[in-house]
Amino acid sequence: MRKVYSKIDSIVGNVITVKADGAKYGDLAEISTTYGDSLAEVIKLADDDVSLQVFAGGRGISTGDEVRFLGHPMMVSFTDNLMGRIFNGSGEPRDNGPTLNENLITIGGPSFNPANRVIPRNMIRTGIPMIDLFNTLVESQKLPIFSASGEPYNELLARIAMQAEVDMIILGGMGLKYDDYLFFRDTLEEGGALSRTIMFIHTASDPVVECLMVPDISLAVAEKFALQGKKVLVLLTDMTNFADSMKEIAITQEQVPSNRGYPGDLYSQLASRYEKAVDIAGSGSITILGVTTMPGDDVTHPVPDNTGYITEGQYYLKNGRIEPFGSLSRLKQQVNDKTRDDHRALMDGMIKLYAAYKESVEKQSMGFNMSEWDNKLLKYGARFEAEMMDLSVNTPLEKALDNGWLILAECFSSEETGLKSSLIDQFWPVER
Amino acid sequence: MKSSGKVVGVNGNMVTVEVSGAVQMNEVGYVVTCGTKLKSEIIRVNGDRVQMQVFEITKGIGIGDPVEFSSELLAVELGPGLLGQVYDGLQNPLPELAKAAGYFLERGYYLDPLSKEKLWDFTPTVNPGDTVAKADVIGSVPEGPFTHQILVPFSRLDTYKVKSIQPKGSYMLKDTIAEIEDSKGNIIPLSMSFHWPVKKAVTCYAERLRPVEPMVTQIRQIDTFLPVAKGGTYCIPGPIGAGKTVLQQITSRFADVDIVIIAACGERAGEVVETLKEFPELLDPKTGRSLMERTIIICNTSSMPVASREASVYTAVTLAEYYRQMGLDVLLLADSTSRWAQAMREMSGRLEEIPGEEAFPAYLESTIAGFYERAGLVRLNDGRKGSVTIGGTVSPAGGNFEEPVTQATLKVVGAFHGLSRERSDARKYPAIHPIDSWSKYNGIIDPKQTEYAYNTLFRANEIESMMKVVGEEGTSLQDFIVYQKGELLDSAYFQQNSFDAVDAAVSPERQKHVFNLMMEILSAELNLSSKDEARSWFNQLRQLILDYNGSEWQCDGFKKLEGEIKSFISDKKIRVDEKAAALMARS
Repeated sequence: MRKVYSKIDSIVGNVITVKADGAKYGDLAEISTTYGDSLAEVIKLADDDVSLQVFAGGRGISTGDEVRFLGHPMMVSFTDNLMGRIFNGSGEPRDNGPTLNENLITIGGPSFNPANRVIPRNMIRTGIPMIDLFNTLVESQKLPIFSASGEPYNELLARIAMQAEVDMIILGGMGLKYDDYLFFRDTLEEGGALSRTIMFIHTASDPVVECLMVPDISLAVAEKFALQGKKVLVLLTDMTNFADSMKEIAITQEQVPSNRGYPGDLYSQLASRYEKAVDIAGSGSITILGVTTMPGDDVTHPVPDNTGYITEGQYYLKNGRIEPFGSLSRLKQQVNDKTRDDHRALMDGMIKLYAAYKESVEKQSMGFNMSEWDNKLLKYGARFEAEMMDLSVNTPLEKALDNGWLILAECFSSEETGLKSSLIDQFWPVER
Repeated sequence: MKSSGKVVGVNGNMVTVEVSGAVQMNEVGYVVTCGTKLKSEIIRVNGDRVQMQVFEITKGIGIGDPVEFSSELLAVELGPGLLGQVYDGLQNPLPELAKAAGYFLERGYYLDPLSKEKLWDFTPTVNPGDTVAKADVIGSVPEGPFTHQILVPFSRLDTYKVKSIQPKGSYMLKDTIAEIEDSKGNIIPLSMSFHWPVKKAVTCYAERLRPVEPMVTQIRQIDTFLPVAKGGTYCIPGPIGAGKTVLQQITSRFADVDIVIIAACGERAGEVVETLKEFPELLDPKTGRSLMERTIIICNTSSMPVASREASVYTAVTLAEYYRQMGLDVLLLADSTSRWAQAMREMSGRLEEIPGEEAFPAYLESTIAGFYERAGLVRLNDGRKGSVTIGGTVSPAGGNFEEPVTQATLKVVGAFHGLSRERSDARKYPAIHPIDSWSKYNGIIDPKQTEYAYNTLFRANEIESMMKVVGEEGTSLQDFIVYQKGELLDSAYFQQNSFDAVDAAVSPERQKHVFNLMMEILSAELNLSSKDEARSWFNQLRQLILDYNGSEWQCDGFKKLEGEIKSFISDKKIRVDEKAAALMARS
């Protein structure tokens, strides 16, 4: 028999305080209000004052409402029945399907023991040259898409989801515009991927606390599927909204703010989610692709900055393209030595030349005479952008590599490329 | 008398505890919750209430949960068996933990850092009646490639008389290996291991010396131009993706030291696992044995609790000091100290301290200085030398070196290897910025010669900026050639392919050899009649040198390429700059 508390001492934003005993840190409580029941989580204990974060928000809570502690932390149902379903941040159905209550699992569990990890070793092919050739996505990788607002990041995410070679997809939406939510649902449905997808969606108008639950719920479920041997791709969009929700709550709680008002533990909070990405020996894996929108296209903003130091690289989306500079897949070295002998060298060589091209463009824009070398670079850069960077190009890695050599041969003589002679002997296209 | 208490508040990973009895600052205690004991440390005392940071996830802790205090500071166990281990920030052995607890780091599991049952072949070096003091050697056991000396615990403050010592034979860590008697006649039993509090530096040496001998990393740019000394300190700040991790990995494999300790304080598990899995497979180029036998990894990934991340660098440096006491050269690589500073910031915020710059605590600078100052070359009491070198990476917020952690670090280190976004964007690795970086140590090459090479680089850099304004056509052919020389030095000497089997690590011998070749080019006046000719000549030369850098030292291909390069140069060489010739003659 659980005690019911019916005197709420304070309500600040989404946080209420009651005097109670026996509450544990992180436990759930249920609050019955005139507008319906809501879950709440214990976020602070100080003597007999218990602070709770109310999922449905503080609006409309009466000081006389009843609070009932459930004696356990947040849980979610884990069954195969989740497949193809859509839920909100509290795990309630968002589609018209039934509520799931069987086989409840705790969310936000402990970290994976690094000693049990295996070295990431499998490439996930996407057919996008800027990814496969230059910034290979690797199974178990955690990678954000850094993007200014207005960039087609959700489209890119959806496209990777459709084309990536994985067993199942879990989509965690945070602060999504309703339209974007519908876009994901419809795109995955049209592409026939909905049946292998589970969605946990928090939309912009839902209570802010639910936003915080989305990554934990998504990843707890992903973890269980991975332990069953599934290759799971978790898509999280948008992690900046998640961080902003954290900020909102920390400030209402009068915590000492750190950089730009974000809580001091921003890094740890983001890390404990991203670090769920794992390749389990003899079992499945979790790969995380997130979107981090950059307010004002500022990569030094605390959210992208902290994210960059946690994740294994990033795809930097700019002007509708994945930028070669700023984009990085740290784990590509684990796999691109096994694809083809020329992969690594070509990848670096082409980017070096693209960097030189950018300099020539700058010179050109300043009105300088173009040397013969500059003209070669200009020709090269234009082809690189059209044939490698354009996101609508969908081609297998091997074809992309062949095409890379072709572009080089048509723009430069072999020693101008800075590539090792042994590779040139093997791969330089012979003149026809 | 051990004290106890009960929880009266929980806020994140900090709990407030009401205490009965005496406690000391930084004392370790255990919060007992849901049947497990969670390791914690007192970080503030306020009357009969103390605040403790819990080194674990605090979920499930409730008001009234009992707390047991240990009356000890956060300490590590020192003794044979440390090498080859993978610990978390609190010296929990992670592989054993994996066997005991499965895939996840279930909280409240604490295992012995060192096996108490393993047998060690002990050889005594003292006799009954001998006088000993702290850090004196009483015997030794073989540990991997080293002779691990058994030392009198550093916490012993008296001089002692050896009452008994075990004869040569096999013993376990739980056995008593010797008995010593203090000046008051108390008999103290010693085993082969003992504890030392991590936040206190080990100072059992006669004298701290100035670091002079280079610590060769086999990275050309570092050893030749930006050297590190044994017992020195250096930092590698750099924006996201500029190559800090690869640089650290290469250093950990090839640095010319006895022991490497890698402290991952809040790094990506995906990267740490590479080290974890690859090191046992890799062979130490010096001994031909597994690299892991001379390595200790402290692994506290970013998702592990913040308080143990804060502890991890101290755990690492204490282990480093312990092996230094045996007369060994130890390199500690901390990746990344920013994560560690952030952990400090997080804890400070929870304590509601008044924040300093960028919300870091006011004591950020002194704490960073205190950590780096634990490096050093020392002369031990018996005359031998030992060293701890500390290399810390810094991940500055926004890639901006003006931020507090980078600045505080720059004040206390002897070398600065600043990585640049520009260079990494252009895939010029290592992306150490040759002009912004500096070192106060001596390298493997006469500094006068490196200065000459550097001057060419400076000049090339100036010409490059000038060319951006006046264009290539506004630049003289002579300047253009200097610019090409600078570019060549950069691409063929500074840049190094860490994924090429040969180019990844270059011996000092080979560095000197190739450096001479570079000097020959830099000092040559060249007969090139147009810019196009110059560009193409340098392109071809670069191609030759890149192939040369990738061929095995002194093999036939290497010699053949060298011959080609030399004749390629002499075809266009008119004369040699006298200043350079004089410099070269000196060596």
